[in-house]
Amino acid sequence: MEHYSMNLNLKVWRQKNNSEKGGFKMYRVENISSEMSFLEMFDVLNEQLVHGGEEPIAFDHDCREGICGTCSMYINGKPHGPWQANTTCQLHMRAFKDGDTIVVEPWRAGAFPVIKDLMVDRSAFDRIIQAGGYISVNTGNAVDGNAIPIAKDKADASFAAAMCIGCGACVAACKNSSAMLFLSAKVSHLALLPQGEPERKSRVLDMVAQMDKEGFGACTNTGACEATCPKEISLSNIARLNQEYLVASLTANK
Amino acid sequence: MTWKQVFTSSIGKKLVMGFTGIFLILFLIVHVGLNATIWANDDGEMFNKAAHFMGATVVPRVLEVGLFLGFFLHIIQGFMLTAQNKSKRPVGYAVDYGNNGSKWYSRSMGILGTLVLLFLIMHIYHFWTPSRLGGWFQIHELTTVTYNGQEYHNLFNEMKMVFTNPLIVVLYILGCLSLAYHLAHGFQSAFRTLGVHNKRYNNMLTGIGYGFSIIVPLAFAMMPVSFYFNWI
Repeated sequence: MEHYSMNLNLKVWRQKNNSEKGGFKMYRVENISSEMSFLEMFDVLNEQLVHGGEEPIAFDHDCREGICGTCSMYINGKPHGPWQANTTCQLHMRAFKDGDTIVVEPWRAGAFPVIKDLMVDRSAFDRIIQAGGYISVNTGNAVDGNAIPIAKDKADASFAAAMCIGCGACVAACKNSSAMLFLSAKVSHLALLPQGEPERKSRVLDMVAQMDKEGFGACTNTGACEATCPKEISLSNIARLNQEYLVASLTANK
Repeated sequence: MTWKQVFTSSIGKKLVMGFTGIFLILFLIVHVGLNATIWANDDGEMFNKAAHFMGATVVPRVLEVGLFLGFFLHIIQGFMLTAQNKSKRPVGYAVDYGNNGSKWYSRSMGILGTLVLLFLIMHIYHFWTPSRLGGWFQIHELTTVTYNGQEYHNLFNEMKMVFTNPLIVVLYILGCLSLAYHLAHGFQSAFRTLGVHNKRYNNMLTGIGYGFSIIVPLAFAMMPVSFYFNWI
């Protein structure tokens, strides 16, 4: 595709801190290259703001390679913007045309409070992982990779679930602000492997309890999370999580 | 893990919705099957006898209690879940994700369910209360009919009378339409909630779900239409 430059209008959510009320502010950026990433376009805007003596827009970013899950941004009504299976940092400006108005909002969920502007606090996800998203093993020498045989299809399904980068786009897209796609990916990738077996029941029960405590909503299987997920985590993981929970809750001893 | 913890967790609440939903789907099969006897072309004899069996035999009456309980749980839990889920996003978006990520009816189960509930209240008032609770809240005097020396409520005639009013026929069709969209999402969603995650079964259940949500509400909607146009 041919390179082109564009001028854009940006409608960006500005919010000083968690306690103050935020609002939208309009900005104009000019001469933006179609080869820039969306975040680079924001860097240009922020330099413009700094030169003009204004507070730059706070937004989360880290690797800018689509693998860390730090960037967020709800762009034109979709988490991570218009492209499929893509993170905000990997969204490029060729997705837009000259003269476009782009609306940028933070993730919206009670469990993800806004810290500043487009940054939200996603530590609720960390606490869900701490509640059981791990396996307990004594450290020592690395075990031979072939010591425990694992069926290929299970290894593949587990890996597909483990692709989840914990960005929170599923929560942002869900009308119920439910974290079920995230949680189901984290439960599934361990439940499918023999290493996850010993803590299989306590894991799902503890993680669901933590998810509820954090104030996420319940799943209604609309599929909006799957449609927006940058790592294409399948909705069938949620059904697997439901089964894990049903079995664990019916057979738990205490 | 106490039972209370199980059924008050977010997944537990959904399990209640799924289990009661499937129970109500089973009820719909029984209901549409029995009601189809209005088309038996015998001036309602088979239908009146079937209705009599449902009202005067102990097993259906016991199941009826379970049915009311199922409805009650599904409705209360549905309202509560819808309200709770809505409260999880105190500040909304300026631009909605809308239909790009999900079907409109999958996001509208609360509203569709409320419409079905409103229809249900009207429907119970038309047929259930006059027959079961005698004299209370009836719009017409419930007539009786005698087959082989035994007296039966003439509910076939009651249907005929109720469905002479075009407004009621339209309301029944809208009720069936709401039910159709409620089922289009609810049928397959219920099985997902109960943990069916095998792709082959999910695809099959989605297909059956769409079929069910077209065929059953359509059959129901054809009943008032058939009476209104004097086809039976």
